[in-house]
Amino acid sequence: MSGRGRGARRGVLRVMWRERSAYGFLAPGLILFSIFTVFALLFAFYLTFREWNILEPEKPFVGLQNYQDMVQDEDFRRSIINTAYFTGASVPLGMALGLAVALLLNQPIRGRGLLRTLYFLPNITPFVVAAIIWKWLYNGDYGLFNFYLLKTHLITQPLVWLSDKNLAMPAVVLMSVWASVGFSMVVYLAALQAIPNDLYEAARIDGAGAWARLRYVTLPMLAPSTLFLMVMGIIGSFQVFTQIYIMTSGGPLNRTTTMVYYIYEAAFKFYEMGYASTLAYALFLLLLVFTALQLRLYRRADL
Amino acid sequence: MTAVVDRPAPPSPPTLAPKPRGPVWRRRAFLGFCYLVLVPGAILFVAPFAWLVSASFQHVGDIFSWPPQWIPKNPTLDGYKGFFGIGKAGELAEGSEGAWRWFLNSAFVAGSVTTLQLFFNSLAAYTFAKRRFPGRNIIFMVFLATMMVPPQVTLIPNYLVLKHVPFFGGNDIMGQGGHGWLDSYYGLILPGAVSAFGIFLLRQYMLAIPDELLDAARIDGAGEFKVFWKVVLPLCGPALAATAIFTFTYAWEDFLWPLIVVSSSDHYTAPLGLALFVVKNRTSWNLLMAGSVVATLPMVVMFLIFQRRFIQGISMTGLKG
Repeated sequence: MSGRGRGARRGVLRVMWRERSAYGFLAPGLILFSIFTVFALLFAFYLTFREWNILEPEKPFVGLQNYQDMVQDEDFRRSIINTAYFTGASVPLGMALGLAVALLLNQPIRGRGLLRTLYFLPNITPFVVAAIIWKWLYNGDYGLFNFYLLKTHLITQPLVWLSDKNLAMPAVVLMSVWASVGFSMVVYLAALQAIPNDLYEAARIDGAGAWARLRYVTLPMLAPSTLFLMVMGIIGSFQVFTQIYIMTSGGPLNRTTTMVYYIYEAAFKFYEMGYASTLAYALFLLLLVFTALQLRLYRRADL
Repeated sequence: MTAVVDRPAPPSPPTLAPKPRGPVWRRRAFLGFCYLVLVPGAILFVAPFAWLVSASFQHVGDIFSWPPQWIPKNPTLDGYKGFFGIGKAGELAEGSEGAWRWFLNSAFVAGSVTTLQLFFNSLAAYTFAKRRFPGRNIIFMVFLATMMVPPQVTLIPNYLVLKHVPFFGGNDIMGQGGHGWLDSYYGLILPGAVSAFGIFLLRQYMLAIPDELLDAARIDGAGEFKVFWKVVLPLCGPALAATAIFTFTYAWEDFLWPLIVVSSSDHYTAPLGLALFVVKNRTSWNLLMAGSVVATLPMVVMFLIFQRRFIQGISMTGLKG
C-alpha cells in the first residue's frame, strides 16, 4: 500500500470521527432499516432456496426447486392473470372517472368544496370498512344491488355477485374503483389548477373551440399526472389484498385469487415460507419496471 | 409534475378557472350539465356510506328488511352497545369481546408508529440533506433502492425474525421455543418505525433550507442536535404535518401486517378485529356496522380538520390508491 493511500485512509477516518454525530443521528433509523428491510430482503432471497415449513424441524436446501415449482404452478399463473385483470380494469376506470369528475369540478360552480369532499369520502374510509360495506351491498338475499336492479327490472333473478365465477372479479373491481376515484380526482384537480390561463387564451385566439382546447391543451398538460397515477395505480393494484380477503377469500374457483392473496395463503395457510418467498420475489420482478419508474418520477420532482 | 414536494416558497397565487366566454345561455347550459352529472354521481358515491351509518342505528331484523330502510324506522343504539359490550345487549355479542380495546390498540399503534417515524425519519433526512460524511451517498442510495421493493417481500422474513427474538414471548437465548415478538406491540410497531419513503420526502424538503442558517446557529454555539431540533425542524412544519397525517392514516388502516403478526384478540387493531368479526359472527350485522362507523370516524374527523394538508400531500405521497 502506498503512503499516499494510507494517508488518504487516515484522512477519511479523521473526517468520520469529526462527523461522528452524523452517524449517531442515522443510527436509530439505520438499525431498524437494516433489520427489517436490508436483512429481510437477503433473508427472503435465502429462503427461496429452502423448503422452509414452520411446522417442520428440517429446512432442507432444495436448490432451484422452488423456482421450478413456481414456473409449473397453474394456480400461480391463474393468480397473475387475475391480478392483471384486476389492474387492467380498475386502474383505467378509476383514472378516467377521476379525470371526468375533476374536469367538471374545475368549473366555476357552487358547492365545489362539498362535492369534492363527497367524492373523496370513499378514499378516506378504511379499506376494511369499505370491503365490509360492499360485501353487504352485494349480498345475494338482502343486498341493495339486487334490490334496485330487481326493482328497475334490469334483472329478473337475484344475482349472487361474489359467488358467481364471472361476476366476482368485476364486483371487486367496481368496489375498488369507487374507493380510488377520489384520489385520481384530487391529483387531476391540482394539475388542472396549475395550467396557466395564457395557454387557453392563446388557443382561443387561434380559434380553438372547447373540445379542441380540451384535446390539445388540457390533456397534454395533464400527461405527467396521468403517468404518475398510472404507475401508482399499477403498483397498488398488483398488491391488492384486503378486498379479496374480506369479500371473496379468493373464490369462487380461484377466480379472485390475486398474487398477494396467493402468497399470503402459501405462507400463512400452508406455512411454506420458502415457496412463498419465491413467489414474493416474482412479484417484485414483475413490478420492477413500474417501481423504477416511480422512483424516477419522485427523483425528478426533487427540483 | 404533481409529485412536487411542498416546500418553504412564497405561495403562488391560485390560478382561477378560465373566464367564462361565449353566449350566456350556453355557459348556463354547460354549468347545468355539470350539476346534472356531478350531483347524482356524488349521491351514488356517498350511498354505500350513508347506508352504513343508517344500518348501524337499526335493529338487526330491520337491516334485513326488504325494501331497505334508508332512514331507520326504529332507531336504536343496540349495535353500538352490543359491539362494545355495554349493558344487556353486550352480553349477546359474540366475537366482539373487548372490542373497545381494538380501537385503543389502533390508536396506540398508529400513534407510536407516527411519532417514531417523525423523529427517526426527520433525523435521518436532516443528516442526508445537510451533513457531509463518508458513506453518505452509498447509504442513501441503498435507502432509495429499497423503495422499489414491494412490502410483501419483507413480510415473510420479518415474520420469522420477530418470531425468533431472544428472551421475548417465551423464547430462549437462541430465539427458540416461544413466539418472540409476534402477537405483541413491538411486532406491530417496530417494523414500521422508519420509512425510506418518509426519509426521502423530508430530505427533499430540507434541501431547500439555506446552509447559512445552520452555520449561523453553529457559530452561535449550537450543537449538532440543537441545530436539527431548534432550527431545521421548526422550518419543516408543513412537510412534517403532511407525512404525519399519511403515516397515521396508513397505520390506522393497515390490515395485512396485523393479520399476520397478531393472534390474540387483546392485540387486535380495529381493522383486524372487524375483519375477523365478519368471519366469527355471521349474524350480527348491526354490531359490525356500528364498529365500522367507529373505525371510520377518526379518519373522517382527521380529514375534515386537515383537509387542505390532506389534499396538498396526496399528490406528493400517493400512499393510498
